[in-house]
Amino acid sequence: MSRQTTTLTLRVNGEERTVAFPTHHTLLEVLREECGLTGTKHGCELGECGTCAVLVDGRPVLSCLALAAEMEGREIETVEGLQRGNRLHPLQAAFADLGAAQCGYCTPGILLVAKALLAASPRPERREIEEALAGNLCRCTGYHKIVEAVEQAAAVARGEEATPPHETLYGAEPPTTTGRGAE
Amino acid sequence: MAEPAKRPDTPPRDAPRRERETRWIGKPFRRVDGRAKVTGATRFADDLVFPRMCFAKLVRSTVPHARIRGIDFSAAAAVEGYLGHLTGDCMPETFGILPVSQDEHALCPDKVRMVGDPVAAVAATTEDAAEEAALAVKVDYEPLETIADLEEALARPEPRIHDYPKEGGNVHKKVSLAFGDVEKGLSEADLVLEDVLFYEGNTHLPMEQHAAVAVPEDDDRVTVYSATQTPHYVHRALARVLGLPAARIRVVACPNGGGFGGKSDPFNHEIVVAKMALELGRPVKITLTREEVFYCHRGRHPVLMRLKTGFRRDGTLTAQHLETALDGGAYGSYGVASTYYTGALQTVTYRLPAYRFDGVRVFTNKPPCGPKRGHGTPQPRFGWEVHLDKAAHRLGIDPAELRLKNLERPGAVTANWLQLGTVGLGRCIEAVVAGSGWRERYGKLPVGRGLGLACGSYLCGAGLPIYWNHMPQSGVQLLLDRSGGVSVFCGETEIGQGSDSVLAAIVAEVLGVDLADVRLCVADTDLTPVDLGSYSSRVTLMVGNAALQAAERARELLATAAAARLEVSKDRLAFAEGRVFDVEDPERGLSFQEACIAAEALHGTLGTVGSYVPPRAPGRYRGAGVGPSPTYSYTAAVIEVEVDPGTGLYRPLHVWIAHDVGKCINPVLVLGQIEGSVYMGLGEAMMEEQAFRRLPKRRSAALVHKMPSMLEYKSPTFLEMPPITSYIIEDPDGEGPFGAKEVGQGPLLPVAPALANAIFDAVGARVDQVPIGPHMILKALAAGRRGGEARFGPAGFPAVDYGETLVVPTPEDGGDGRAINDFRHELRSGMRSASGTMTSREEAVKGGKGPLST
Repeated sequence: MSRQTTTLTLRVNGEERTVAFPTHHTLLEVLREECGLTGTKHGCELGECGTCAVLVDGRPVLSCLALAAEMEGREIETVEGLQRGNRLHPLQAAFADLGAAQCGYCTPGILLVAKALLAASPRPERREIEEALAGNLCRCTGYHKIVEAVEQAAAVARGEEATPPHETLYGAEPPTTTGRGAE
Repeated sequence: MAEPAKRPDTPPRDAPRRERETRWIGKPFRRVDGRAKVTGATRFADDLVFPRMCFAKLVRSTVPHARIRGIDFSAAAAVEGYLGHLTGDCMPETFGILPVSQDEHALCPDKVRMVGDPVAAVAATTEDAAEEAALAVKVDYEPLETIADLEEALARPEPRIHDYPKEGGNVHKKVSLAFGDVEKGLSEADLVLEDVLFYEGNTHLPMEQHAAVAVPEDDDRVTVYSATQTPHYVHRALARVLGLPAARIRVVACPNGGGFGGKSDPFNHEIVVAKMALELGRPVKITLTREEVFYCHRGRHPVLMRLKTGFRRDGTLTAQHLETALDGGAYGSYGVASTYYTGALQTVTYRLPAYRFDGVRVFTNKPPCGPKRGHGTPQPRFGWEVHLDKAAHRLGIDPAELRLKNLERPGAVTANWLQLGTVGLGRCIEAVVAGSGWRERYGKLPVGRGLGLACGSYLCGAGLPIYWNHMPQSGVQLLLDRSGGVSVFCGETEIGQGSDSVLAAIVAEVLGVDLADVRLCVADTDLTPVDLGSYSSRVTLMVGNAALQAAERARELLATAAAARLEVSKDRLAFAEGRVFDVEDPERGLSFQEACIAAEALHGTLGTVGSYVPPRAPGRYRGAGVGPSPTYSYTAAVIEVEVDPGTGLYRPLHVWIAHDVGKCINPVLVLGQIEGSVYMGLGEAMMEEQAFRRLPKRRSAALVHKMPSMLEYKSPTFLEMPPITSYIIEDPDGEGPFGAKEVGQGPLLPVAPALANAIFDAVGARVDQVPIGPHMILKALAAGRRGGEARFGPAGFPAVDYGETLVVPTPEDGGDGRAINDFRHELRSGMRSASGTMTSREEAVKGGKGPLST
């Protein structure tokens, strides 16, 4: 295994940090281990699950497939950079309120990919959201709450009055039945 | 049975429930861990870092079955940063989740039983060095013949994978139970239907790989932080293998990045890091790779099953005989329980007057199977619901009507002696039937479009703990003080399902405080009362009841002090909106903090406890311990599917699902569990399979994973999920806190059979196995065109000797819950009932009033 190390200055969430690391280490490893930014998660380290997604110059990148040594001068954004002060980003608030994060492990990657989507398309169609996020696996939610949260956040970000639909919060109203099923 | 059996120690099921306005219960509040989960602040096990921390790696077997001749560490020791190694000799004691299957070693001492079995561990200063050292370890194996699957295991008793099971050969467990006269029931039927079906194994695939960090503390003490659903059972396994008193071991379960049952066993790596940390005197971390997670497995058992059921012309069920055969993989895990579970819950949805269950579990040289969402019940539920669909067609009865006709009644005791609670299944069926337009559209859609209906039911917590004891299954401790805050201590483990939020909401509701004033300390064996863990859908009901009791006791303490201060009688006090006040004169009151100060002054330091033990179950036969639950949840689903008869490709277009959750604690979290279950059920029905293949002979004929990666193990993405319409049905149950039942697992059950039934409605093809591949539909259609049955599925069921059948008269037959031919067990169970855990509620919930008032 290579013993070569690299020292460079990374710009992460608007802050510069000089780090030394084994040259073969990925951006994922350097973010988590050298920068202490453990909000970025790993699910496979083979580029299969999307869990480790971060933004590099505003575009989603799988940090497990990117070499940190190639990141000098690039603008890196992780989940830790989403909130402003103590205020949650609209995506974060919507994810927390609408059940889009259950175990929360895939959430950081999905938030960042969703942020890139909203930057490019402030009023995304449902199918557009699904396609943008199709590279991110989530085993908990069944994905619907995530799509609903992205829609909600998009509306908030556009400055619109955004009340989640009743069905999103309470489920569908059971249709009036014959009463035969009631015991 | 004339009357549903009554439980002497609980209020009648039909007692009218006091309705009152709630602040948190039933409301869509933001989950208490929501903020941390969207900011990256949640600390999962692999996120932990300690000074001087080093890294361990397991050396895993590359062969499926072999004796270990020798292990050479010389090249590994030369790796820079190498710190040391462990082998099986260092930890000779066995462990395992069930007391009857203590068949695992932290590291295999003499024999490996599957590719991926750990034979050694190395530690180094960096993860890279540990990995390099692990690769440099040379293991000399003497290969043994490999047992690949169910058929081989039944046919070849030698070589034995394990020597301990008394069943002999490679059979791990046999079960044979007869409740009532099945032969008579079948002979009285107008239609006797027989089906053989297969449910392929699949795995949990949590997004987070297992990880653990062990930190040595003081002299001979160690703390293990781990991604586990069951810190209490890990605690016990560590004490056993390390040979340390449990009091010197602390286990902290970190929030799990998904569990689904895959993190409910104690694992090799958890024990190895603890041992390594004690040896090296410094913190040791291990994080499994995704490939290793596939080796840990404990996923859905592949189950071959045969059902034979009698129906009267009007659809009434007369009897059922179910046989299941489980491919268990290389270790016991939960397998004995899984085997019973493949038979236990067949009776809780539709009334079966007589029922016989035979089951067998075998060992094979593959990663061990265990509990995955629905534990042992999705496979026979798939069989049952497809079987019912076929019966409906044969009888000319609408499938929804056939189910409604046979609905089991609330409060009934089933043929196999399960005490039911509320049964909201009828309302669930009506909801999805109406929502999907079933009556107008079923059987009438154009070729290529179809609707399928199926139902299911699940436990709200296993009635028995995993090891016999008469202690609570859940404990909660509250600490209140002059700050006005409430600290809640509980061993429960948050795995994403929302258990922290359930715990906090119940305490906040009872004490009338804001969720922000409730602080949680959970899943820490040093600091929190025992809760058995996040499995069997037990947390909302059991932790919830313990929390309710602790909170009601705290309210009592505060009320006493507040009543004295306000000079009003205690029963006029209400706790709401952070105040304690006179309901007759709401202006007259104290802030919650003032009430705490008054109470601390009156009583001294404030603290309360609550505990929960499930009610005594009526079954007394050997095996009656698997299946009982305080109550059961119910689900019905309709799926609409589009099938291309030319290619066999299909796509679910819509899912309607209704779940009887008793009472919602938080509807957003309930919907999340329903939708997540639909998703996972569709994955299993459409694509997920834990499949294996043999390497060519020249490459050792080893049995290896076909797909130990996320790329090859197909699971649904955003693009595969159809729209879901979810109906929350509330049929409150007196056993649940505020009437709540489970929702984490039940909604998965109807998904696979509803899909299979929908495919039949669309193109007339029966696929009697999952996952359903397009080629299976094509083959079924081709068989139909050749004049045969348009079916794809297993051809037959092997002949199995199940041993002596235990004969248990049903409640209707006047039985007493015992087998009539098992004298030995009666003696034992008699002894147990004197001190066992299924004792009466008064005895179990020690002191104080019952936890049931709301």
